[in-house]
Amino acid sequence: MVKSTDLVIIGGGPAGMSAAISAYNNGIRDILILERAETLGGILQQCIHNGFGIHKFNEELTGPEYSWRYEKQILELKIPYKLNTMVTEFTRDKIITAVNEQDGIFKIKAKAVILATGCRERPRGALNIPGTRPSGIFTAGTAQKYINIKGYMPGKSVVILGSGDIGLIMARRMTLEGAEVKAVCEIMPYPGGRARNVEQCLNDFNIPLKLSHTVVEIHGKHRLTGVTIAKVDENKKPVPGTEEYISCDTLLLSVGLIPENELAKSAGIELDSVTGGAVVDQNRQTSVKGIFACGNALHVHDLVDYVSEEAEIAGKSAADYIKNNGMSPGSFARNIIIKTGGGIRYTVPRKITSITDAKIYFRTSGIYRNAKISIKEGERVVASIKKKRVVPAEMEMIKLTGDNIREIKGGIVTFELEGLHD
Amino acid sequence: MIKNLTCIICPIGCNIEVEIKKGEIVSIKGYSCKRGEEYAKSECKNPLRTITTTVFTIDGKVLPVKTDKPVPKEKLFDCMKAIKSTKVSLPIEIGKVIIENIEGTGSNVISTNNMR
Ligand code: SF4
Repeated sequence: MVKSTDLVIIGGGPAGMSAAISAYNNGIRDILILERAETLGGILQQCIHNGFGIHKFNEELTGPEYSWRYEKQILELKIPYKLNTMVTEFTRDKIITAVNEQDGIFKIKAKAVILATGCRERPRGALNIPGTRPSGIFTAGTAQKYINIKGYMPGKSVVILGSGDIGLIMARRMTLEGAEVKAVCEIMPYPGGRARNVEQCLNDFNIPLKLSHTVVEIHGKHRLTGVTIAKVDENKKPVPGTEEYISCDTLLLSVGLIPENELAKSAGIELDSVTGGAVVDQNRQTSVKGIFACGNALHVHDLVDYVSEEAEIAGKSAADYIKNNGMSPGSFARNIIIKTGGGIRYTVPRKITSITDAKIYFRTSGIYRNAKISIKEGERVVASIKKKRVVPAEMEMIKLTGDNIREIKGGIVTFELEGLHD
Repeated sequence: MIKNLTCIICPIGCNIEVEIKKGEIVSIKGYSCKRGEEYAKSECKNPLRTITTTVFTIDGKVLPVKTDKPVPKEKLFDCMKAIKSTKVSLPIEIGKVIIENIEGTGSNVISTNNMR
């Protein structure tokens, strides 16, 4: 039997919970959240460090505390959710097949679906480091789960490859728990994570951050005994003669996150080759009408506050879609594609489909000083902002008003950055 | 003594140079706004950090905790030791005090999750 539901939200992490609350507040009652884990909250449950909620709540919360603020609302509003529930199939006509212990295999036909499946870590397999394959090599997120959820330390002396925020956070976490973190290697000439984390997770404990360095060899038979690191040139190729051996029993990989997009793929949703997530418009609607995406499933955010904010947009859009029976208000329709010029890595959204205020988030591809970022139609500047300094690790935003959008006559605008490359 | 800091208040990340003589700040250079100056001052005088870590429950579960106020940076490891030697029993609600006034810092260690 196929049950029908107005709105199904796949994923009960920060994005899914916030989207559900937003849809509820916009008048939708028939909602179901499907969550794979045994609790709501997603990855926040293992992110026990603080720094969450500065924008949303004006406080520094830990991951579980931030999650609880939303869980509490879900419980109060009595929004239904199913835990330990795995979605096994998802089609573009919004039929979801899922399985859990209680219900067995079941199918739901939804009027609208929000994909809030979060992201996953780039596995080591993609890394091609020569040498042996001993135990003692973990992704930073796996190590975080071992320590913060299961309560055991993966090792005593550690090298971390990649300076993404989770890697930095884990450097501090393992140090506090008594391990010696010997180095963090970053292949790029600048840190991957935020300045605050470099300062408080590495500098506080005198952990060296080796920029333009990578791991070139792994040593050890059964257990890791050490790694060889080396400097890299501008093309990220190791420079011969700069090799250095560091003995360690643990190597953590913090080499980036990618949106979890298997379900989007299976529904034939158009994906963005840069972010790895779905291509969406300013309402966070994907290329398939009535399917929305938000949070890290869409692109990897640097702050959970922004995830919640984006999920609110998706929740409201899905509610509007359901209330209008899938018809978008015609007279406001537009079809504008946002292209990226030099210095800009990606934008979200990548399409503008209606004349309503839109926040366009973007990431730069390098560090720039005195940067001017403009959205242009041909030579005409539609909107622009100036920034003293922009870094890839921190997402930025340009606001387009309805009037800005009305003025766009053609179907393409370009994001451009001028500034001094660092 | 010259102390070099990177301001962490905003993404501009100004490099701030603080000159300290006999434990007193004599000059601060390199910041672009007041918030940077404040940050540099507190970092030199009395750097504070919030500790986030875990404690074990009696039945071997792992409960996340934090200090409800930041503690002096040099007391991080002493506080960690005290936290690690503590065991709690369930159920526990979010925000419950686990250790009062840890190491005389005036800060309490509190639970950051609900656990049954
Ligand atoms: S000094 Fe001001 S402008 Fe410079 S990084 Fe700090 S907060 Fe930002």
